[in-house]
Amino acid sequence: MTTRTANTPATQVLGKVGRAREATAPDHALRCSAEVAAGTSGGLAVNDLGAGFGSFLAVDAISLQILPNKITAIIGPSGSGKSTFLRCLNRMHEEVRGAWARGSVLLDGKDIYAAGTDPVQVRRRVGMVFQKPNPFPTMSVYENVAAGLRLNRFGRVPGLDEIVERALVRAALWDEVKDKLHQSGAALSGGQQQRLCIARALAVQPEVLLMDEPASALDPVATLKIEELMRELARDYTIVIVTHNMQQAARVSDYTAFLMMDEDRAGRLVEFGPTDQLFTKPKDRRTEDYITGRFG
Amino acid sequence: MIMLLWRKSVNRLMGVMTALSALLAAAALLAVLGYVALNGWRALNVDFFLRLPTPVGIPGGGVSNAIVGSLIVIGLATLFAVPIGLGAGIYLSEFGDNRFGDLVRYLADVLSGVPSIVVGIFAYALIVARRGQFSALSGGFALGVMMLPAITRTTEEMLRMVPNSLREGSLALGLPRWRTMFSVVLPMARSGVTTGIVLAIARVAGETAPLLFTAFGNPFWSVDVQQPIATLPHTVFTYAISPYADWQSKAWGTALLLTGFVCLTSLLVRRFSRQRQGA
Repeated sequence: MTTRTANTPATQVLGKVGRAREATAPDHALRCSAEVAAGTSGGLAVNDLGAGFGSFLAVDAISLQILPNKITAIIGPSGSGKSTFLRCLNRMHEEVRGAWARGSVLLDGKDIYAAGTDPVQVRRRVGMVFQKPNPFPTMSVYENVAAGLRLNRFGRVPGLDEIVERALVRAALWDEVKDKLHQSGAALSGGQQQRLCIARALAVQPEVLLMDEPASALDPVATLKIEELMRELARDYTIVIVTHNMQQAARVSDYTAFLMMDEDRAGRLVEFGPTDQLFTKPKDRRTEDYITGRFG
Repeated sequence: MIMLLWRKSVNRLMGVMTALSALLAAAALLAVLGYVALNGWRALNVDFFLRLPTPVGIPGGGVSNAIVGSLIVIGLATLFAVPIGLGAGIYLSEFGDNRFGDLVRYLADVLSGVPSIVVGIFAYALIVARRGQFSALSGGFALGVMMLPAITRTTEEMLRMVPNSLREGSLALGLPRWRTMFSVVLPMARSGVTTGIVLAIARVAGETAPLLFTAFGNPFWSVDVQQPIATLPHTVFTYAISPYADWQSKAWGTALLLTGFVCLTSLLVRRFSRQRQGA
């Protein structure tokens, strides 16, 4: 199996898809599935996950493996439960009133929904970046990045300056803000704010980074920066990104999950696989219709 | 044509009538302020602020005990009402989307409508009657009860105005809810909450009825919270109903002082909150 296939209907519409990868995806998937099952790395195994609000079922029966140090994109039309699914992966979903979830999500082999698991602890291992940049307006750039560590304990955090600098460097923001660390984070541009939020999430040293349409509120240049950053971060982190933008999913992700709303309005997983495969040779008719722009 | 003329003149008439009402409302306020100022300024002098009241017939003296007394009683009320009101407001905003929250909101609204004399009776029964003594403490408690609903509801509303995305951002960092509340949400709402507290203080500063049988009044110097204490509104009351011209003049002076304090506070708050909005 090659990583790129030309001339299928999907590629004709999307143009150049994906990026060349050395390892063939299925091999890698197999190897990593074994790792996830053995609980040795920062991957997530989602089993029969369902979630909703009150009597409304938002997503249902989703099972998939999120492989460590890979970018997994969640795509699908509006209302297909992409965000709800993502928010289940660090238990942010339950912060909304009336929200519930069932099934299991194994992080390094341990169910984050197991009884007695503290969602606060889960969120320190599974960070999140939101659609709209949300730096804390009352805090400086420095304080924003330090917030996750500083507010979590009493007294000084040893080596905080270094941690903040490293997080900002990793978020490709350091050069732009190193002279204004103590100015308000709200004074930065939209793209900078989003990278500040990424730095803020990285400072806590999570294993997984969830990104809910992280570039949809940004201009193309800022979007490109975020995408480059994601590729860079994937070396050390497991990344799950929800996106409306199929080209973005094709550009940045290694694996793609396609979610769609069923007749009962619940989002279900239609297809999951290596990104180039899903975009060039979709197995499901609905996937093909969606990525060729026939609906959604 | 006649209809049009008729409609136009009715329109004009209504416009003039509402404008007149607005003028009357402003005039009433100005009249009160002007009247108090006109009658009160003559009583104001250095002694007025620094001296104690003199017995009837002896000229001079001042209301220093009432100024300090009012500050003490309002201070006690603030100490009592701010922690509870803040806490209740935080609960209502962050955790209060349930029946208990609705009940608390309803009770707070009812409490803000309870006549102040009733609050005074309540404080009397609860503290004064049991201890067998009027006290600054009971007066502070009565005023605190009156401040409570205002602080609770403004705190709740100000916290609700903080965008939810900030709460989520904080929770997603693995910060517990209480931390999110105190380090992210509350700082955002600080100026609004402060404004609410100051306005609540300004509103109860002039209350007389709840103090009649709690703080009671005291012609002597006292800063003991267990003892009866003089307050500005109560001084206005006793002096104004006295038959002595000197005391009546002092009542005007005290009224002017009280009005000035309340006006100044509201003005400062308005300025402060507008600056915050502009920033």
